[in-house]
Amino acid sequence: MENLGPTLTILLTLVRIVLVMTIALLSVPVMVWVERKVSGHIQNRHGPLYVGPIGTLQPFADALKLLLKEDITPANVDKTLYYLAPLMAFVPALMTFSVIPFGPWLKIADVNIGVVLILSVSSLGIYGLVMAGWSSNNKYALLGSLRSSAQMISYEIALGLSVIGVLMHSRSLSLVQIVQRQAETTWFVIPQFLGFVLFTVAAFAETNRLPFDLPEAEQELVAGYHVEYSSMKFAMFFMSEYVAMLSQACVLTVLFLGGWLPFPIIGPLVEGLLPAVVVEWVMPLFWFFLKVGGFMFFYVWVRWTFPRLRYDQLMALGWKVLLPLALFNVFLTGFIRLSL
Amino acid sequence: MGLQSFLFYYFAIVIIATAALTVSRRNPIHSVMFLVPCFIHTAGLFLLLGAEFLAAIQVLVYTGAIMVLYLFVVFLLDLPSFRIKKITHQQTPLAVLAGLVLVVQIIVLTVVAVFPRPAAEVKAPYFLGNTEAVGASLYTTFLFPFELASLVLLVAIFGAVVLARRERGEELP
Repeated sequence: MENLGPTLTILLTLVRIVLVMTIALLSVPVMVWVERKVSGHIQNRHGPLYVGPIGTLQPFADALKLLLKEDITPANVDKTLYYLAPLMAFVPALMTFSVIPFGPWLKIADVNIGVVLILSVSSLGIYGLVMAGWSSNNKYALLGSLRSSAQMISYEIALGLSVIGVLMHSRSLSLVQIVQRQAETTWFVIPQFLGFVLFTVAAFAETNRLPFDLPEAEQELVAGYHVEYSSMKFAMFFMSEYVAMLSQACVLTVLFLGGWLPFPIIGPLVEGLLPAVVVEWVMPLFWFFLKVGGFMFFYVWVRWTFPRLRYDQLMALGWKVLLPLALFNVFLTGFIRLSL
Repeated sequence: MGLQSFLFYYFAIVIIATAALTVSRRNPIHSVMFLVPCFIHTAGLFLLLGAEFLAAIQVLVYTGAIMVLYLFVVFLLDLPSFRIKKITHQQTPLAVLAGLVLVVQIIVLTVVAVFPRPAAEVKAPYFLGNTEAVGASLYTTFLFPFELASLVLLVAIFGAVVLARRERGEELP
C-alpha cells in the first residue's frame, strides 16, 4: 500500500470509501426485509410475500412509496433546522463506518484513536433528534426528543465504560489492532463477558430500539421526534436508525466477537476446503457479516420478546445498574490483568 | 499553498465565522447550534497539530455532551424574547468593556509575542502515540491537578444531588 504512489493510493482509498458506503446503505433494505419477515414469523404470520420472490423487493416498494409521498412542511416550523435535522441524524451514523474494518483489506482508515472516534461521532447523532423535535413546533415531538437525548446521554456513559475492559486487554484504541490482538489471544467476549452484555444493552438503548424505544413510544407520543416529518425526510430518520444499528453491530463484532476472524472450530474446517485466494479475500468478509447478521437478527428477536420499559425504569437501569456494573467491570479487569 | 495550510485556513475561517454567528443570533437555540460546528472545527485544528486524541475528546466532550446540556438549559429556561432583549441591553456596557480589553490583548500579543512557528506550518505529528502521551502526563507530571479536578467534579455532583433531593413525603416545590 505505502509504495504505490500518491495518485494510486488516493484512488484506492476512494474505491474503498465507495465500497464501504455502498455496503452500509444497501444493508438498509436488507435489514428492513429481515425485520419485516422475522417479525411476521414471530407473530405467526408470513410477513411481506408479494413484491418479488418471498417479498424481497418489498423494501424498494416502500422506498418508492416514501419518495412519492407529499413532502409536507408544517406551519411555524423553524425552516432551516427542520430541513437540516434529518441530515444531522443521518450523517454521523454513516460517519462511524470510516474507521470500522470489515476485513483485512476492506477498511477506509485505520486510525489509532478508532474507538474514541466512533464514540464521539455517534454522540453527534443526538443533534438530529433534538433539532427535529424542537424545530417542528409540536409538543409531542419536543417531548420525544427530550426523552431521547436524556436516554442517549445516560447510556453513552455505560457504553463508553463497557468498552474500557476491551481496551485494557488490547492496549490499543485502533480497531484493526484490537482484532489482531484477538487473533493472538482469544475473542474478547470470553474474558470480557460482562462488558459484552453491558455493551449490548447500551447499544440497544443508543439506537432507540425496543425495549428502549421510548423516544418513539407510539401510544403516548404518537411517533416522537419525527411526528411532523413526511416523505423522504421521514425516510432519512428511518434509514439513520438502521445505519446506526448496523454500525453498533459492527463495533460489537470488532470489539468482542473477533471481527473478521473465523469461528474457532468450524472456521478452519470450512476454510480448509476452499482455495487459498477465497480464504484470503472473501472469507474474512463472510465471517464478519455472518456475525453482524446474527446480531441484527438478535435485534429483531429482542424487539418482539420484551415489552417496553417505563421511563423511570429506563433511567434506573442506566444509572443504577449499568453504570456501577461497568465500573465494576473496569475494576475487575484491572485486577485480573495485574494478577496474571 | 499546501494542503496543511489550506486546511488550517479553512478551519480558522469557519471557527471565526461560526463564533461570530453564535454571539450575534437572537434565538438562543440558533446560537447553540452555531457553536457546534465551531467546536468540531476546533477539533480539526487539533488534528492538524497531530493531537488526534485531543481532537476526538474535544468532539466527544464539548459537542457530544456539553452542548447537548446547553440545549437542555435553553429549552427549559424558555425566556420570552422581550426579556432576553432586556437582559442583553443591561449587559451592554460591561460586554463592550470586556470585549475591548480582549481585543487590545490580542493585538498586543500578535505584535509583541514571538511564535515558535506558525500553526499552519506544523508538519508531521510530533508525538506519534499521543494517547499514551496524554495518559502518561496525566498520571505522572499532572497527577495532582488531575486528581484535584476530579474532586471538584465530585463536589459538583454532591451539590446537584443536595439541590434536587427531597425528604420523604416532601411536596414538589
